[in-house]
Amino acid sequence: MISVIRQLTQDGEERFCFALVLALFQNFLKALLLPGLGIVGFLLLWSMAASSINTSLGAFPGPKAVAEQLQNLYLEHQQEREKEAAFYQRQEERNAKRLAQDPNYSAKIRPYTGKETFLDQIATSLITVMSGFLLAVLVAIPLGIAIGLSEKLNTAVNPVIQIFRPVSPLAWLPLVTMVVSAVYVSSDPMFAKSFIVSLVTVTLCCLWPMVINTSVGVASLNKDWVNVSKVLRLPAFSHVRKIVIPASIPAIFTGMRLSLGIAWMVLIAAEMLAQNPGLGKFVWDEFQNGSSQSLSRIMTAVLVIGVIGFLLDRSMLQLQRALSWDKSTELR
Amino acid sequence: MLLKQLSRLVKSAAIIGGACFAANSAVAQKLGYPEKEELRFGFIKLTDMAPIAIAYEKGYFEDEGLYVTIEAQANWKVLLDGVIDGRLDGAHMLAGQPIAATIGYGTKANIITPFSMDLNGNGITVSNEIWKQMKPNIPKMADGRPQHPIKADALKPVVDKYNAAGKPFNMGMVFPVSTHNYELRYWLAAGGIHPGFYAPHKGDTSGKIDAEALLSVTPPPQMPATLEAGTIYGYCVGEPWNQQAVFKGIGVPVITDYEIWKNNPEKVFGITEAFAEKYPNTTIRLTRALIRAAKWLDENNNANRPEAVKILSQSNYVGADYDVIANSMTGTFEYEKGDKRKVPDFNVFFRYNATYPYYSDAIWYLTQMRRWGQISEDKPDSWYKDIARKVYRPDIYQKAAESLIDEKLAMASEFPDFSNETGFRAPQKHFIDNLVYDGNTPNDYINKFTIGLKQGDAL
Repeated sequence: MISVIRQLTQDGEERFCFALVLALFQNFLKALLLPGLGIVGFLLLWSMAASSINTSLGAFPGPKAVAEQLQNLYLEHQQEREKEAAFYQRQEERNAKRLAQDPNYSAKIRPYTGKETFLDQIATSLITVMSGFLLAVLVAIPLGIAIGLSEKLNTAVNPVIQIFRPVSPLAWLPLVTMVVSAVYVSSDPMFAKSFIVSLVTVTLCCLWPMVINTSVGVASLNKDWVNVSKVLRLPAFSHVRKIVIPASIPAIFTGMRLSLGIAWMVLIAAEMLAQNPGLGKFVWDEFQNGSSQSLSRIMTAVLVIGVIGFLLDRSMLQLQRALSWDKSTELR
Repeated sequence: MLLKQLSRLVKSAAIIGGACFAANSAVAQKLGYPEKEELRFGFIKLTDMAPIAIAYEKGYFEDEGLYVTIEAQANWKVLLDGVIDGRLDGAHMLAGQPIAATIGYGTKANIITPFSMDLNGNGITVSNEIWKQMKPNIPKMADGRPQHPIKADALKPVVDKYNAAGKPFNMGMVFPVSTHNYELRYWLAAGGIHPGFYAPHKGDTSGKIDAEALLSVTPPPQMPATLEAGTIYGYCVGEPWNQQAVFKGIGVPVITDYEIWKNNPEKVFGITEAFAEKYPNTTIRLTRALIRAAKWLDENNNANRPEAVKILSQSNYVGADYDVIANSMTGTFEYEKGDKRKVPDFNVFFRYNATYPYYSDAIWYLTQMRRWGQISEDKPDSWYKDIARKVYRPDIYQKAAESLIDEKLAMASEFPDFSNETGFRAPQKHFIDNLVYDGNTPNDYINKFTIGLKQGDAL
């Protein structure tokens, strides 16, 4: 860097400025202009294609229809919140009245019974996907490490993993639903059954990439480090903690990123099929409604699902960058 | 100072509370507080779920101290299973569902109904292609429009042509024990088209034995899409899914169930018998709320219907466009595009004692189950009446209605005369084939049909 500047100052002030501007421009081009152009191009293509596709529910929604729906959905959310406030107020009045008549009554405030808005559905989906994913992490990483460390275990477990890995979430769903209904019985459940069903389905499907990546990362441990550990006579637990885990962090995170992507895709499908609360249900409900706004609402949901998936991936990437020791590999 | 104020506050609160108590004590003695306050009700996206939506939106459930969550269900099977396994406390059901569950056709469970939700409200729609072939067979009126009601006689040559060419003639209905299945079968059979028998004792529950038209199950909201895809040539479904076909330009409704059987009973509100026994006050209170909602829907000659349509068009209820729902809910029905006709009683929620659970209504469904073989053996007339008494519960309805009359929320004249009511409607005419139905003699009724199993028949 210093040498470059020295050279530039030698060549003169003007050239330095020019080079700086050029560099800035190139950065700008790379960081903003090109993606911007891509998006604008997509919007143009989309609106052109949309106006020429006619369905029995009217024209395919273009960017404008989606923008309108975004606004509508937000307005609906606000209206629902107002209704919710009124609901609680009425409930308090009713409770007070009843307490006056019937002092033994133990008044309680019940949660709002109205509909879930689009924003509520997004929140539900996010909570579900993160819970399912974390559960999968808790199972997959220890399992992956164990498999990676032991060749024999790997040979034993591998066929099972290879068989379950390609199974579609939709095939699991009926089994999960029935098992959860049978096993998770409680008069005052802490979680809704639908939540547990979605969560377990997500966990089952996003387990495998993490197990495989972790085990591969652990198995391909640098032999020198293993030897160092042997020379130091590290106990098994310390060996895992000091050598194995730090060394396989990049592989583990690659698995986690893959898994989170799968988890998000699986969740939407599961919600759609099982009518469990969340964005998938929103899409399905709108499809069933078949109103003139349905298609644009579904398109809005599709874009929101995409943006959220993208943000989930990016945040995983940031986490990976922050935790990984191997800064030399380019992550994208 | 503060203490003084506080004591004054307490005193005034006590006075207000006491006054409230005095005003309500007469009622409170008769009808206790609900045992279960948080309830979850299921429904299918059809306009006849309106009483549930209205009872929620107009605060009738809350007036009873009930906090109800209303949830759309994917199909009738999921809905029924939800009520049976307790995920749902109650639901908008096909009249045949509680009956079939009680006699053990499908999942066996004791489901009862204290409240009948509506009369009429269904239609039969055929695809544009079939309509084109049917139309030459339909007599025309002076102005050139087809004469209604259209009988299946007009469809018969089309079905024959398909069968001769070896092509199955597929039609959709919503559930094996649905009103729609029986109505579609009634209409087809009245026109000489055999819709097929069931033989559950042989494990055949597809209902296609000897069939000329093959009927299969499709959930109501998916009917238009399935018709559009060409999987079926026609269907029988509740609103707004017939009007939706007109709106989308993919099919033509040919007849409403009002014309197949004038003022036929349709959906019911189903709960398990165990629920009604465990929570008697809750059961009466939810019936009260539903009666008030139904009354509101028919009040002042349907004056509230536009508001009801607006509520139903919300995405969490029926969710179809306002115009599509309004077509049938406000007393008109659009057949061919532009051919709008008045059917003021297309959706009846309260008048003609629509909400009272008549035993004779239950028995009609049982006769149709027997006619098409879903009940595979002969049963004596007494059996039909016993089952009806087990499933339909006018006793609960009566308690709810009487308490509403006591509180001046409804008038006695709006209900049947409870002291003389037997639960059997007078013999009913106005069927498309001009047969007369008397609920007291189910076996005689079954023997009248040309197509269908009669007494002594077995498959």
